[in-house]
Amino acid sequence: MDFIATHLLSLILFVPAVAAVIILFLPSGENKLFRWFALGASLIPFVLSLVLWFSFNASQPGFQFEEQYVWYEAIGSTLHLGVDGLSLSMVLLTTILTPLALLASFSINDKVKAYMMLFLFLETGMLGVFLALDLLIFFVFWEIGLVPMYFLINQWGSANRNYASLKFMIYTMGGSLGLLLAVQLLGVLFGTFDLVTLYERWNALDSGSMLLGMSVGTVKTIAFWAFAIAFAVKVPLWPFHTWLPDAHTEAPTAGSMILAGVLLKLGAYGFLRLILPLYPVEAKYFAGALAFLATAAIVFGAFASYAQTDFKRLVAYSSVNHMGFVVLGIAAAAFAAGTNDATIALNGAILQMFNHGLSAAGMFFLVGVIYERTHTRNLEEFGGLFPLVPIYGGILIFTSMASLGLPGLNGFISEFLVVRGALPILKVYTVISMLGLLFTGAYILKGIKKVLHGPMNEHWAHGEHKLTEINTREILVMVPLMVLILWIGIYPAWILDVINKAVVMLF
Amino acid sequence: MNFPVLSIITFIPMVAAAIMLLMPAQRKNETRAVALAAATLALILSIWVYFNYDQATAGYQFIERYNWLPALGISLYFGVDGMSTPLVMLTGVVMFTGVLISWGDDDKHVMAGIQDRPREFFAFLFILASGVFGVFVSLDLFMLFFFYEIAVFPMYLLIAIWGWVQTREYAAMKLTLYLFIGSVVSLVGVLAMFWVQYQNTGLLTFDMLQMEKAGFSQAFQYIWFLPVFLGFAVLGGIWPFHNWSPDGHVAAPTAVSMFHAGVLMKLGAFAALRVGVMLLPEGAKQWSWLIMIFAGVAVVYGAYIAFVQMDLKYMIGFSSVSHMGLVMLGFSTLNRAGLTGAGVQMFSHGVMTALFFAITGMIYDRSHTRQIPELGGMSKIMPFATVGFIIGGLVSMGMPGFSGFVAEFPIFMGVWRVQWLVAVIASISIIITAAYIMRNIRQVFFGDMPAKLEGHMTDVTILDKVAITTLCLLMIIIGLFPSFMVPMVEKGVENILRLLGGA
Amino acid sequence: MFTSTMFASILPEILILTIAMLILVVEPFWKEEKRRNVGWLTAGGLLAAMVISFLFGQPGDPITTLGGMVRFDWLGFFFKMLFMFAGAATALLFMDSEKVGHRGEAYLLLLASLLGMNLMAVSADLVMLYLAIETTSIPLYVLAGFMLGDAKSTEAGFKYLLFGALTSTVMLYGFSLVFGFSGTTDIYQLASMFQAGSLSIGSALGVLALIVVGLGFKVSIVPFHFWAPDVYEGSPTPVAGFLSTASKAAGFAVLVRLFFVAFPSFAPSWTLAFAILAAITMTVGNLLALPQTNIKRLIAFSSVAHAGYALIGVVALTQLGAASVVFYLAAYLATNLLAFGIVMAFSRVTGLEDIKDYSGLSRRSPALGLMMLAAFLSLAGMPPFGGFVAKVFVFAAGIQAGYLWLVIVGILNSIIGVYYYLNVLKYVYLYRMPEQDEENHLIPLSRPYAIALAVLVIGVILIGTVFAPWFSWSDAAAMNLF
Repeated sequence: MDFIATHLLSLILFVPAVAAVIILFLPSGENKLFRWFALGASLIPFVLSLVLWFSFNASQPGFQFEEQYVWYEAIGSTLHLGVDGLSLSMVLLTTILTPLALLASFSINDKVKAYMMLFLFLETGMLGVFLALDLLIFFVFWEIGLVPMYFLINQWGSANRNYASLKFMIYTMGGSLGLLLAVQLLGVLFGTFDLVTLYERWNALDSGSMLLGMSVGTVKTIAFWAFAIAFAVKVPLWPFHTWLPDAHTEAPTAGSMILAGVLLKLGAYGFLRLILPLYPVEAKYFAGALAFLATAAIVFGAFASYAQTDFKRLVAYSSVNHMGFVVLGIAAAAFAAGTNDATIALNGAILQMFNHGLSAAGMFFLVGVIYERTHTRNLEEFGGLFPLVPIYGGILIFTSMASLGLPGLNGFISEFLVVRGALPILKVYTVISMLGLLFTGAYILKGIKKVLHGPMNEHWAHGEHKLTEINTREILVMVPLMVLILWIGIYPAWILDVINKAVVMLF
Repeated sequence: MNFPVLSIITFIPMVAAAIMLLMPAQRKNETRAVALAAATLALILSIWVYFNYDQATAGYQFIERYNWLPALGISLYFGVDGMSTPLVMLTGVVMFTGVLISWGDDDKHVMAGIQDRPREFFAFLFILASGVFGVFVSLDLFMLFFFYEIAVFPMYLLIAIWGWVQTREYAAMKLTLYLFIGSVVSLVGVLAMFWVQYQNTGLLTFDMLQMEKAGFSQAFQYIWFLPVFLGFAVLGGIWPFHNWSPDGHVAAPTAVSMFHAGVLMKLGAFAALRVGVMLLPEGAKQWSWLIMIFAGVAVVYGAYIAFVQMDLKYMIGFSSVSHMGLVMLGFSTLNRAGLTGAGVQMFSHGVMTALFFAITGMIYDRSHTRQIPELGGMSKIMPFATVGFIIGGLVSMGMPGFSGFVAEFPIFMGVWRVQWLVAVIASISIIITAAYIMRNIRQVFFGDMPAKLEGHMTDVTILDKVAITTLCLLMIIIGLFPSFMVPMVEKGVENILRLLGGA
Repeated sequence: MFTSTMFASILPEILILTIAMLILVVEPFWKEEKRRNVGWLTAGGLLAAMVISFLFGQPGDPITTLGGMVRFDWLGFFFKMLFMFAGAATALLFMDSEKVGHRGEAYLLLLASLLGMNLMAVSADLVMLYLAIETTSIPLYVLAGFMLGDAKSTEAGFKYLLFGALTSTVMLYGFSLVFGFSGTTDIYQLASMFQAGSLSIGSALGVLALIVVGLGFKVSIVPFHFWAPDVYEGSPTPVAGFLSTASKAAGFAVLVRLFFVAFPSFAPSWTLAFAILAAITMTVGNLLALPQTNIKRLIAFSSVAHAGYALIGVVALTQLGAASVVFYLAAYLATNLLAFGIVMAFSRVTGLEDIKDYSGLSRRSPALGLMMLAAFLSLAGMPPFGGFVAKVFVFAAGIQAGYLWLVIVGILNSIIGVYYYLNVLKYVYLYRMPEQDEENHLIPLSRPYAIALAVLVIGVILIGTVFAPWFSWSDAAAMNLF
């Protein structure tokens, strides 16, 4: 037990990867074995992160459970892991969603071994980003996560997967290029990548002095944008979002779940973990620009979503819309760092990350459920399905309401907090965003209507095309999500407490 | 004098070549067995050297010295430092895997490996390997040059005889002439250094450790650095003298491409470093800007040209130009990070490109085409090779977790210190590389298999799998645990920095 | 008085004479078809002579013996060894040459010219020198035209005779002028005679030019090379091999001794002249070798080019320069003999001499293919064969003496060389016979060839790898010049 206690983070981080390697050596062809093994392996980090959650002391400032190992001595990078309230909630989100996604992908029958391995590697990649306290390690995991995702889309995706996966890869790598260069710059300047050290020393640089033939201020501005663009692509912010609908639409169901549930959070997490502490001045200066982009994402995301006829694309654009709120909160916090409003906005943003992870994953899964049965995602081909599949219909409506921001469910809490915090700080943008919120309702209701209500499409009612009800396994995937959605909606304090303390201490 | 391990490593291939040439020509399998035995032995010994190199004491180790021609101060003087030890191991690895994948099979209709005169093939290949080992371990300038030339000429035969019918004559001759021109240009510089050091110190010696102290005047170094460095760097594929290399890669048979891109190009870079930078440090400082420009162009231009290639081997060939450009870029920084990265990159690229060529060869042997649009769906037939190629591709893209990242990151950091603009421009190549690697993986391995290939394809052999696994493991180990190799290279770099005068 | 030193100084020549006598006595008793065994006798005898000379005839400090006619030193001794080695190899190569090897006279003529070469290498007097040159040349004229029924051979013999006679006459005129200006024919006294500035540079160069004509013919430097391709092509192949190696080396032996010992005082002028000659020789030789289609003509032009490389060492006028020339000649001699031996072995079976006829050789005879590889790569200057080290030494000497431009010319020429040497190897290894049925056209090696070629290959590789002993002998030889 002592070992587990002292190596908790590295266990959480590496158990999936090790499990993936073990799968490699399992006898091939045993699809069932692969599935259950992968699921079992992904539950270990979940249990461990529960342990982490409960032994985490929210009131203690700084990072906890820190671990540090030699990694790349020559350039001063160490495998430095640690969590605070911010990363802890993200870790929990990841470890919850991964087993669910694996459970959701039991219907995959093609190349199961490779699929499960990639999924577990993906989990390690995502967790690594959240756990890293070393800039280079952060970047390493940031990039590593791309590869499994690329292959998940490329191998198990639908018709247009080649285009979508390459677009996803190139967009994200292209976005990371600036990040890579900026990381190198920091490494060159300070000879270390340790985040805690970098926070201090980077900010201590006299902004009047010269660096690389330019003033420190200019350099910092450029570096700020290098970081910001990398994260903005991932979030994704308008106008860097065009990869997302393609990737989501083509990805396999579980891939979309993770993509929307966790991968998008990596970008937002990057803003919180790196940009706000490293570039407080620049972030404040450019907060207006960020807020503009965020508002654009909210509004255009909602409009675009409304215009879709493809169910999955509709959900995909809704992610753009929802993640816009996260960035709006961040922008507000950056503009008025330290104020009470800023804290509220940040709380909302972080909670929104968590919530969106739950609801988006659920929505994508539900789209997948119906797609598996009908082999179409075209909204025009559905209609009036509620009588055929009442349980499914109920779940879909429930999840959609969370996404819509119905009071009593989780989405309301976080969006309210964001808006409440941002309104005094960025009035115009917030007002426009709230208009966007209106359209959120519109497109979600449109989706529900097209699928469940209206005249029944008889095609699905009889014969070989008869729609079957959601099965137990699929319900099992949804139950934990729904429980959490409801729980946070009714009693958000358990998680807000952790987030709030972290926000207060950090910013 | 301990166990003379370096000279054993160096001469094993040569001796094996002699043995093979004395065997009857029709004994193909026995010949192959001799080759494999020799390669395995060389590999084991080179690994042994790697792990027994004492990093605490650093400097040159496993030193052996036999007077060869005292009248001119030529001696058979062997020793390895942190820079060359990984390269010795690299050579062992490439040699071993090269033999495995060119094993050939006389019974089946599958034209894999080498069936035509394997005896001569392995003999020439091993003579080349001896030359390569010799360059990496020589501390005597004359011997270094001697082995350098030995490594160059078998290339002609290997490409011309066993190469791709359509271009082999042209490519082989082009390659040989380029390399020969480069090497003789360096030779003039080497001889000039030899005499000037004699004038300065009165010592008649080719000992490089002595020559480091020769006190070459600044003017001398300014004049001679470029011919010496570029002469060797031709073999390293430096732009604008890289033209021979893709042609050579394409025309060469698989194992030779592996050797060529995997090891021979390192030979050029290594010699350029050891003779050019280390013996003429002032010249290096003077001209590093020019090398940096050349290398920067190579990195981006090579990647771009690779992007537009339709022939799989040309693509890899140009990507080698790009990656070797990174090595040169590392050299041109003349600082710790850059040089360390360049050292690791030499190893990483060697392994990666050997893997690429091995797998391309496996595909070509079965499909008889390398045109990317004519290939597809290989993952269904050869899943093992697919995974190998993907890993290679990730290394090539500089994906973290693989050796390419470990190597490229410090190079870029080194460049940052010197000229940030070059780092920014060179980083464009990362995106281009990612694009063409991903595009080609998708087309070749995952696309639909063209009808005319259906039924003709077979999975790779078990020997191929051993080779692929070996190469992949190395890249992953270095990627995950940089301390496997980086501290060793750093020890070598320290010595170079000392010669460059502090820093 | 005839002392033991005198005896030792001409011990090899005495032994060669003995072999010749023996052949004269034995040969008439052998039947026609066994006459080729004279080759064994010659080769074995020469080898024995080498061993005996090496054991009992090694020179000590250089001295002049036999009334000032002969210089007994390492320079001469080393060259003698080279010549005898070449002679032995050539004798073996004679044996299966249909029209040559079955007649005892051929071996006798070979021995006679060998005698002359040996004396060329040690002559310390202009008169002696001239006699030695003629002793060398006349048997070679005969050998070149030895195949009586063959028009080309006859032409070759006649051409060689005409050129040789003309140039040696010019050289003799030069010698007489030297005597006229200095009053002595002793090479070792000439230097001091010319020291005092007794001769204007103009007339000195004129005299030297006359001498160079004769020697240039021997070593075939441009513009005195015209005979070489025709004669090599026409004469029996082993003879051509002997001409291009031993005879050329003998010319260099004289050149080095004469110019280093007798005319150092005019050095700046003649070294520059030689440098220009060397550059022209290399370039012309290599460029003309490029378009050749006949293998013997190709080697002929390449041997012209090699004379140019060797001249770089002479130009350097240093001990290293001289040593590098000697070393170069040793490596070149083994290599070129090997090349001609292979050509001989090939054409004996096939009767063909064009480069394209070598297609598929490596499949018809892997051993011959490999030897060809060794020979041509050595000629191209690639390690681990003798040609590489030799070239590096020559270039090193050139750079040491400050002739950077000459070395660069040499290097450019090596590149051209690499091109056409590799081209030949392309036929050997890459191309196939028209029918692709090489296994039906194997090329067997008879025993004398196998022995000769094996020894030569080993020699080429040994010179290229374990070069210390050869170099120290060359160096010892060179030391005697200063």
